[in-house]
Amino acid sequence: PHTGPVESKNEAAMSELVPEPRQKPVVPMKPMGINANLLGYIGIDTIIEQMRKKTMKTGFDFNIMVVGQSGLGKSTLVNTLFKSQVSRKSSGWNREEKIPKTVEIKAIGHVIEEGGVKMKLTVIDTPGFGDQINNENCWEPIEKYINEQYEKFLKEEVNIARKKRIPDTRVHCCLYFISPTGHSLRPLDLEFMKHLSKVVNIIPVIAKADTMTLEEKTEFKQRVRKELEVNGIEFYPQKEFDEDLEDKTENDKIRQESMPFAVVGSDKEYQVNGKRVLGRKTPWGIIEVENLTHCEFALLRDFVIRTHLQDLKEVTHNIHYETYRAKRLNDNGGLPPMTAETEENHESNL
Amino acid sequence: QNDGYRTLSLSGHVGFGSLPDQLVKKSIKQGFCFNILCIGETGSGKSTLINSLFNTNFDDSVSTHFLPSVRLRAHTYELQEKSVLLKLTVVNTVGFGDQINKRDSYQPIVDYIDAQFESYLQEELKIKRSLFSYHDTRIHVCLYFISPTGHSLKALDLLTMKILDSKVNIIPIISKADSISKTELQKFKNKIMSELVSNGVQIYQFPADDETVSKINTVMNGHLPFAVVGSVEEVKIGDKMVRARQYPWGIVQVENENHCDFVKLREMLICTNMEDLREQTHARHYELYRRCRLEEMGFRDVGPENKPVSLQEAYEAKRHEFYLELQRKEEELRQQFVQRVKEKEAILKEAEQQVQTNFEHHMLKHQEVKLKLEKKKKILEDEIAMFIEKKANAELLQSQASVSTPVSLKRDKDRK
Repeated sequence: PHTGPVESKNEAAMSELVPEPRQKPVVPMKPMGINANLLGYIGIDTIIEQMRKKTMKTGFDFNIMVVGQSGLGKSTLVNTLFKSQVSRKSSGWNREEKIPKTVEIKAIGHVIEEGGVKMKLTVIDTPGFGDQINNENCWEPIEKYINEQYEKFLKEEVNIARKKRIPDTRVHCCLYFISPTGHSLRPLDLEFMKHLSKVVNIIPVIAKADTMTLEEKTEFKQRVRKELEVNGIEFYPQKEFDEDLEDKTENDKIRQESMPFAVVGSDKEYQVNGKRVLGRKTPWGIIEVENLTHCEFALLRDFVIRTHLQDLKEVTHNIHYETYRAKRLNDNGGLPPMTAETEENHESNL
Repeated sequence: QNDGYRTLSLSGHVGFGSLPDQLVKKSIKQGFCFNILCIGETGSGKSTLINSLFNTNFDDSVSTHFLPSVRLRAHTYELQEKSVLLKLTVVNTVGFGDQINKRDSYQPIVDYIDAQFESYLQEELKIKRSLFSYHDTRIHVCLYFISPTGHSLKALDLLTMKILDSKVNIIPIISKADSISKTELQKFKNKIMSELVSNGVQIYQFPADDETVSKINTVMNGHLPFAVVGSVEEVKIGDKMVRARQYPWGIVQVENENHCDFVKLREMLICTNMEDLREQTHARHYELYRRCRLEEMGFRDVGPENKPVSLQEAYEAKRHEFYLELQRKEEELRQQFVQRVKEKEAILKEAEQQVQTNFEHHMLKHQEVKLKLEKKKKILEDEIAMFIEKKANAELLQSQASVSTPVSLKRDKDRK
């Protein structure tokens, strides 16, 4: 046996072939009939309660990134999603601020609580993306940031004396804002999603959807879906990670009908039919954000927060992170080590 | 904890309160693993207790007392209750305490526990790994069966528990507790606990930091070690069939809290703290094992001069070391080969010499014989020559004799 974690011969040979970027999660074996007959109640199912209590005590980390050109309503949408002023624009930044000359990464962290569940939410904004005259490679700083978070986690994981709970700054979900042109995707959109869908969960969102009629919306969505498929862009939920038939049917419906979600965001409330609702007031009517007939914000919110939050984290941890880790350990020097200077640079933004 | 993070309040319902449910749903799909190790002498009631705890009859045959060393036997069962699937592994020690010399009794147990940790560690260190589908075989709890002597712990008990307390969560239990009276039992329990404390044995403490369970856990901590009775038979009490042991003087009911602590054990082990046991195993015992093992392998978090060593440097160093070792071995083999060739050559040369010597020897002999024969030939030729000479002489004499009487011979001849 080897005296250290050096690849075995097999793995050395495998690294010469093109490494499979992602590993399909093995479907856990379903029981082939009960081996032992329980003659009475024992209490095994209480482990669910025990687990729930434990997770509530430790709390959750969730890191969401928003990417899109300036003025697409990213900050507003994030505020609407989490019903509080979580975007960078609300935490002391000037609305008249100039658009930065390069893509910046700005992460703001908050603690929010609901129903006894504490969540450390980090919103990562990317001002400057797609705003220059020459936008070549403007996704690179974003890709670099995402990989840096994986690197941070990896460093902690390989320590001899490890922390009890490694702080998770990895990006769990990236909302990509598509401009509601009504035509098709732009080259920048395709380039970004092509590169980043391999390292992070991307959820494409059609921003400011109140500029399109229902027919225009449906057509646009269809065209976008087609384009994404033609270009081989796997957005979340990725087909290859459907664990079982139940997941597949549920996710197929979302992939083929609902996504990309056409959303409208707002943090202002208005009175409609005696109720206070979030909306946008226009001379021709009030657009209710949470009304499914007006826009698909509620679908997005339910999808990201109420049903797939845990899954987003798990796919990030079990698939994207593992891919990064495997590549990193295989290369063993391919990626340059982080110098003290670059580390410092990013610390000041967090 | 919240350094740099602002606390915000929500202006409406967001919905992430369902996060624990999402997590639970996923865990149910994956199923749970729970691994119990039972250490106790043969016949102390281990199998019976497990059967009683899980209310079923696991198939496990009785073992003999005459095994030469301690062995471990593991069985895995799949239990399902409502929607929860549990993969239960029960590991029994076989032959524990039976030998005359029990010095090495604990070693197979330690080796087994370490082997499970090692297996997990190897998976974790792999480049392409699949931890989320890994079947966790690490021991989550060790039930240590104490014999109901009524006096104190045996030396073997103390030794074994002391060695295992940093590797696994230990819950000591007094088995076959129906042989001790109530008053004796309390004294026995106190004696055991004080012995454990004075010997520095750290048994598993039921966690008391969560308000919902801290009260009951603290109370239970005071009842340790649990005095239990197990039974595979059922007796009719009133109108129900209950697990019990029937004696002429009465019936001991397993699930009666006045009779024994079985219910307490089940409550603590399964209903309240199963998740905590799993977590302690992973976060404490496994981490300790991992740390020791990695340090053993030569990894450090901090290099010389106390500068943090990056992962890359550590791997480079290991890789370099490995290649050096490889080169050294290669050189060694090469030397050996050269040596062997030399030796073979020497042997062949010697053989050649030998052949040469033999050849010369034979040549010499051949010469000698030839000379001898020539000599003989010469002698014979000389003899022949002498003989011819003699013959010639003799003929000459004869002819001379015939010449001296030739007339008479002739007259005679004429007369005739």
